[in-house]
Amino acid sequence: MVARLSEGDATVSQLAEPYRMSLQAVYKHLRVLEDAGLVTRPPGPQPRSVRLEVQALDLLDVWIERHRSRVEQRYRRLDAVLATMEGDEHGEDHGGGHRGRSEAADHPDDP
Amino acid sequence: MEKITEAVIEADPKLPIIRMTRDFTATPAQLLRAHTDPELFAQWVGPDALSTRIERWDASTGGSWRYVAEHDGTEYAFHGCFHEIRPDRIVQTFTFEGDPDGVALETLWFEDLGEGRTRLRAQSLVDSFESRDAWLRSGMEVGVNQGYAKLERMLADGTV
Repeated sequence: MVARLSEGDATVSQLAEPYRMSLQAVYKHLRVLEDAGLVTRPPGPQPRSVRLEVQALDLLDVWIERHRSRVEQRYRRLDAVLATMEGDEHGEDHGGGHRGRSEAADHPDDP
Repeated sequence: MEKITEAVIEADPKLPIIRMTRDFTATPAQLLRAHTDPELFAQWVGPDALSTRIERWDASTGGSWRYVAEHDGTEYAFHGCFHEIRPDRIVQTFTFEGDPDGVALETLWFEDLGEGRTRLRAQSLVDSFESRDAWLRSGMEVGVNQGYAKLERMLADGTV
């Protein structure tokens, strides 16, 4: 979403489009970004656009948060695997847990 | 002690190191096994068990590993060495074969918190700040469609 806004202002429905997510979820996400001071919604004609506050944007922080989000998703899968493990014996594993349709290891990343 | 139920990430300002901390409901032995048993590891390292193919795996001190992740018809390979494996830590190297000159030195510590909980601390040391930034930025290559998708899903399902 930040990447999209870095190309120019967009309306909420334009932001929602690529993600197949509800407008409600987009608004929720925008509130997080607004609270962080990363985006503003200047008053103007409806529908109001969302603007990226470039000067407030420390890209490194954005990258770190993206990375953190990937790591967290991976560790949620690990949570699910751990939940299937018996004590310390080699129990049968019962298959993985959450299968978010997430990105693959498309980047060098922590194993 | 405060519980760290979500991954915390920190980029060291003075060294090209990324640190990560997260708590798990598991013993140190279980967490170690989830990192060293190739079948278990393949289940969680990638988004889909079928998308991760372990090609080489000798999880012992001085051993080595290689796996290939497949995503949308493209393969991404990673390899490294298990420099040291102990009950409470793993020290290993890590290279993404798309950037064969880059190598990270990774250390994972398994800290027993008692009551069946373990804190995983990991640090990854790369050879320059440029490498570190490129590594963090690499997620950007996924493009707008993937960007923040996970965070959004987490927001959408109320887990954030």
